[in-house]
Amino acid sequence: MRDNPVLRIVAKIIIPVILLFALYVQFHGDFGPGGGFQAGVIFAAGFILYGLVFGTEALRNAIPPGLLRFVIALGLVLYAGVGATTMLLGSDYLAYGALADDLIGGQHLGIFLVELGVGITVSAVTVTIFLAFAGRNDP
Amino acid sequence: MLIEAINIVLLGMLALTALAAVRLHDLFAVTIMFGIYSLLAAVVFVVLDAVDVAFTEAAVGVGISTVLMLATIGLVGRHEQRPAHRPLLPLLVVAVTGAALVYGTLDMPFFADPAAPVHQHVVPYYLGKSPEQTGIPNVVTSILASYRGYDTLGELAVIFTAGVGVLALLGLRRRKRPAKEHPTP
Repeated sequence: MRDNPVLRIVAKIIIPVILLFALYVQFHGDFGPGGGFQAGVIFAAGFILYGLVFGTEALRNAIPPGLLRFVIALGLVLYAGVGATTMLLGSDYLAYGALADDLIGGQHLGIFLVELGVGITVSAVTVTIFLAFAGRNDP
Repeated sequence: MLIEAINIVLLGMLALTALAAVRLHDLFAVTIMFGIYSLLAAVVFVVLDAVDVAFTEAAVGVGISTVLMLATIGLVGRHEQRPAHRPLLPLLVVAVTGAALVYGTLDMPFFADPAAPVHQHVVPYYLGKSPEQTGIPNVVTSILASYRGYDTLGELAVIFTAGVGVLALLGLRRRKRPAKEHPTP
């Protein structure tokens, strides 16, 4: 597919839009449908489209596997770290109210951080699974 | 009335797609049928007003699963092997299981029945308290991330484990071909 100019150009135009839409779904999940899971999958879909059109080798160059392995753990650590932080602040595990002076502010910050953690790990795992399967076909 | 008609058309198309996926032997076509099935399921969720679930179904079921299955077909070939066993016993098992499940639904409350236990337990509390306790308009998000934060942490750990499992089994490095297969010219 690397030689097809229509696919290449359409992919180059649409991938930034997909990534931007994923960020919208991620940060707008408090107000509309969406959240970390959906945003992570859509964000990964942008990378997978890049891998499908330009080849998995190009995708591997764009995100090194070592970085991917780090990012998989990063999201889960961020989520669990929010819980550890609320405990250190003297509250229960994942009781976000302790993160700010008022309950609503703490809830907003806590939900923002854990959804971000979900999005990071989901997108990294999805790209990893795609690379692990599709990358085995490389010559 | 209109909703009933839409539901009947959608569920009928779901059943037809499932039958087509079972009947086809070309795995590429079967994968596309699965994608269509997920898309129809997503529309059913929209009709049920479960937009968050529909969103997930559309993104994961239609998009990622289809790509992953196509990648797998690229590895294993696109034609189904002839089954070595007779299909009668599996068919019987599936039929009995399906009949038991249908029998089980007879005891369930009707859809959207306000007296159903699921609507009486914690749902009134979440719907009533969520705006003042979390200040977040989308109750799905406040339940998922705040009231049920432990469950979501567990789900994320499951996804993390899946990723680690794939890394452990398949890895991200390319397969090293033996050097004799590619003699340097």
